[in-house]
Parts: sequence; structure tokens; C-alpha cells
Amino acid sequence: MLRYIGRRLLIAIPTLFLVITAAFFMMRAAPGSPFDGDRKLLPEIEANVLAKYGMNKPLGAQYVDYLAGVARGDLGPSLKYRDKTVLDILNENYPVSLKLGLSAISIAAVFGVSLGVMAALRQNGPVDHTVMTVAILGVCIPTFVTAPLLVLGLASKLGWFPTAGWNDGALINMVLPVTVLALPQIAIISRLTRAGMIEVLRSNYVRTARAKGLPESLIVRKHALRAALLPLVSYLGPACAGLITGSLVVEKIFNLPGLGKFFVISALQRDYTVVMGMVIFYAALILVLNLVADLLYAVLDPRVRLA
Amino acid sequence: MTLLAPDAGERMTLAAVKGRSLWDDAGRRLMRNKAAVASMIVLGVLVLLAAIGPYLVPFAYDQVDKQDVWLPPLKEGHLLGSDALGRDLTARLLTGLRVSLAIGLVATTVSLVIGVAWGAVAGYVGGKLDEVMMRAVDVLYSLPFIFFVILLMVTFGSNIILIFVAIGAVEWLTMSRIVRGQTLTLKNKEFVEAARAAGLSRGAIIARHIVPNLLGPVVVYVTLTIPAVILAESFLSFLGLGVQPPMASLGTLIAGGASDMELAPWLLVFPSLVMVVTLMCFNFIGDGLRDAIDPKDR
Repeated sequence: MLRYIGRRLLIAIPTLFLVITAAFFMMRAAPGSPFDGDRKLLPEIEANVLAKYGMNKPLGAQYVDYLAGVARGDLGPSLKYRDKTVLDILNENYPVSLKLGLSAISIAAVFGVSLGVMAALRQNGPVDHTVMTVAILGVCIPTFVTAPLLVLGLASKLGWFPTAGWNDGALINMVLPVTVLALPQIAIISRLTRAGMIEVLRSNYVRTARAKGLPESLIVRKHALRAALLPLVSYLGPACAGLITGSLVVEKIFNLPGLGKFFVISALQRDYTVVMGMVIFYAALILVLNLVADLLYAVLDPRVRLA
Repeated sequence: MTLLAPDAGERMTLAAVKGRSLWDDAGRRLMRNKAAVASMIVLGVLVLLAAIGPYLVPFAYDQVDKQDVWLPPLKEGHLLGSDALGRDLTARLLTGLRVSLAIGLVATTVSLVIGVAWGAVAGYVGGKLDEVMMRAVDVLYSLPFIFFVILLMVTFGSNIILIFVAIGAVEWLTMSRIVRGQTLTLKNKEFVEAARAAGLSRGAIIARHIVPNLLGPVVVYVTLTIPAVILAESFLSFLGLGVQPPMASLGTLIAGGASDMELAPWLLVFPSLVMVVTLMCFNFIGDGLRDAIDPKDR
């Protein structure tokens, strides 16, 4: 087990390296510079500014500097927010994204699993068809459609919720963004659960449990559900990626002070270090979650052997 | 099935006859799936509208009319109303649908070509090469891809060709995994052995015997990739990085509609509706095809 973790972490390092390299050179290939403003800087001032950030060196040397910084855990200063480092920005803004993402995935897990189990227990019945239709709708309606429609209906017209803003994470402010983030995940999780349950309910050991005369509710809870939920564990990584993508839209629409809002703005403003820092942050997050998912899988399913 | 080599002998002919009847079966099963058939009809209408619709509307998609701004539907000959610049929403919606469908098709083709080639070669050659190629796919899988697409758009500016390539380059990973898995089971089949015995080169076997037989799962995955691509494009457009105005795509229309929704809800509702219906059609057809081609889960 430890050897497996070690090996996976060793693979993660070249992956991160690849991510950093690709992002670094793509960002630098973009036309424009972070110091382009409304007023053109005097050449001497511009030279000073560039020197301050080490950007007067050749690109290769800057790349090496950057890598050395990352290795020391230093992601550099922001080029646009003058008195902040990239770590400051990450630190200040990740709690909002984290809170949104965790709430959304927990709600999605509860609703998705319940709906999936209900559908599987009444396969091909009206409940099943309703749940699956809703699931297809959930996959097909993009977050940037649900979000404005919910705002228009529930916030602007009915006034039940605020249309935007964070308000220090007040519950009422979180309802709409979390709903929007959770809906597609509910759809996917309910489909996965249904498929897993249907397969498991046909298996021999469930038949044995029925033959022993165990009550159906016990079979579902103790025997079937555990095995049926395994595929969900491997969905952890993709789910996180989906939430990150969703948060780019949701944080923009609801004007929330999370990380997602920063990424596009920073990329457009050529704030090189902030963009790089966020790419590294998210890539590391996804790598770690994938590892956790694989480990969990091995712990939960004794048939899986890590090698 | 005429793609099979003519010199491969009688066993091949038998296989070909049997293969065709399998496809017939699949077709019949698909036709019994009401949701899939209905989706095919609706999608057919949508494609037709996207193709010829813009010529039937008396307005151009970028025709500005300062007199007729913010018109609600069915006013002054604007069937679906007009936007802040007085542009006709019907014309813009049909053009946007056309652009989105085109992006869906082209980017899916890009992902299809890369994915099938990558997966078939890795699966058929096997050994070290397979290991390296699939490890690369694993690594790419674990990247936050949306960031790279965003960086690509920022770096090279958003032109339509780049959108095709960027999204297609992201979507080929799953395709290559599916194709590799299929190739692994195919490559030990008798007809491949026969082709090898007949002295065909590796490239010829992959191109003429492996790839044509991958068709089933690939077709299913393609129908599910098209909506994913359309979604990805509109996502970029929504963030302001996709199709640039005055050109329209479903994503730009929804983004524009969302910002004006208090004043003119029709600008948000109609494009959203078209988008959702289009995506649902593709998903129902994909699910139907999967059930029809691979009936073991029913």
C-alpha cells in the first residue's frame, strides 16, 4: 500500500511538471503583457518594473527561476494586485470555492444516491422513468442556463433569494449557487447508482441473502448498496473537475469571491503568476483526489489489489 | 462491410454476412426505441432549420435596426423578438444553432480521428508502446483541461478553427480508451489472424480489419461526444472566450440573454430551449444506439 502511494506520488511529480511547463509557455506566448494599461509606461519605468519581477531575463531563465520558486513553495507575487502574493490570493479565496464545492457534492451525493436506488428498485416502472428523464435533463441543461433561469424566477420575480453576492456565506446566499452546481452532479450520480444497483441486485450473493429470508430493506442497505456505490468512488476525481468547471460559471453569475472568478480575469489580464498558481493548485487537487479515490476503492473492495 | 479485404477468404465472407444482419438487428431495436426515434425526427428538423432557416428569415443575423430594439416576440415581423441592437432573434438563433452544430461535428471529427488512431495503434501493437501511449492518456486525463482550453483561447485569440482544434484535442481521450479496449479483444479474433497469415502489414491490418470493426462502440460514443462538444463551446462563449460577436452560437446567445434577462427574458428563454432540446436529442439517440448495438444491459 505505502509503496503504491509512493509510486503514484512519483508519477504525480512529472505530471505537475508537465502542467507547469505547458501553462508557463502558453501564458507567455499570449500577446500583451500584465503591464499594459490605459497609459503607456515610460520605457525607463517599464524596464524597472520588468527588472523588479525578473522579467527582463530571457524566457528560459525565467522558467528556471519559476520552477525553483515552485519547488520552494513560492508561487511569486501577483502582477496585477500589487501588494499580494499568489499564495495570499489563493488563501483568501479558496474557502469560498471549497464551501460551495463541498456543499454541492454532499447534496448531490445524498439526492443522487437516493434517486438512483429508488429507480433501480422499481426498474422500468414510472418512478424509474421519471428519475432517468430528470437525470438526462440534468446532464443536458448547462449550469449557465439553470443559473440565470433560477435567478430570473426565484430571485428576481419571487424574491425568495438574493440574486447575487456572497454575504459572508449566509445560507440564503448559498442556496441558488449550490443548487446550480449540484444539479448536474445529482443527474450523473443517480445514473451511476441506478446502474450499479441493478447489476448488484442480480448477483448471486443478493440471491443468497434473499434465500436466507432476510427482509428486503436489509438486503438493499447492507448487501446491495455497499457494492453498488463502488463506481461512485472512482467518480470522485471527475466530479471535482466538473465542480471546478461549474464554479467558473457560477462564481461569475452570482458574483462570488471564489477562485473560479479570478482565473478567467487573470488570464485575460495576463497576470502570469496568478494564472500559473491556480493551474498548479487545481492540477494538484485533481491528482490528490484521484489518488484518494483509488485508495478508497481498494479499501472498500477487497477484490481490488493495488500493485 | 465491403471494407474487408477481398483476399481474406471464405471465412471472411461468412463473417461479413453475419455482421450485416447484426447491424440490421441493431437498426430494428433502435427503431423500437420511441425516445430515440422522436429525437432523430426533432434533430432532423433542427438540422434542416439550421441549414436553410437563415435564408428564410427576412433579417440577417447581424442586421442592426435602431428603430426596433427590445421587441418582444411576434412584434413587427420579429417572430422571436429582437435584442438591444434591434437584431432579429430568429435569425440569430438559427445562425447560432448552425455554428454550434458545425462546431459539434467538426470538433467531434477531430477527436474521432485522434482517438481512433491512438487507441487502435496502442491496442494492436501492445507491449511497451501501449504502456507509454496509455500512460500519456492517463496523465492528460488528470489535467484540469478547461484551464488549458481557456489558456489556448487567451494565447491565440478566439477564432473558430482554434475552437474546433482545442475542444477536439480535449475530447479524444475517452475515445482512445474505448478503442484500445475493443482492439485488444479484436486482435486475437480469427479474421485478424487470417489477415496476418495472408501477410498483411500491421498498418494495413489496423486500417482495414481493426478500425472498421470498431464501428459500433465508436458510433455510440460519437453521438455522446457531439453534445459534450457543443456544451464545451457554449461554456467558452459564455465566458467570453468562444465565438466572437457579431457571430452567434448558442452559448453567446445564452450569455447575452442572461445579462439582459430582466428586460427581455425571451432573449434567454428561446436560446436556452433550443440548446437543451438539441443536447437532449443527441443524448437520447446515443443511449438508444448503445442499447441497440450492445443489448446486454437490457
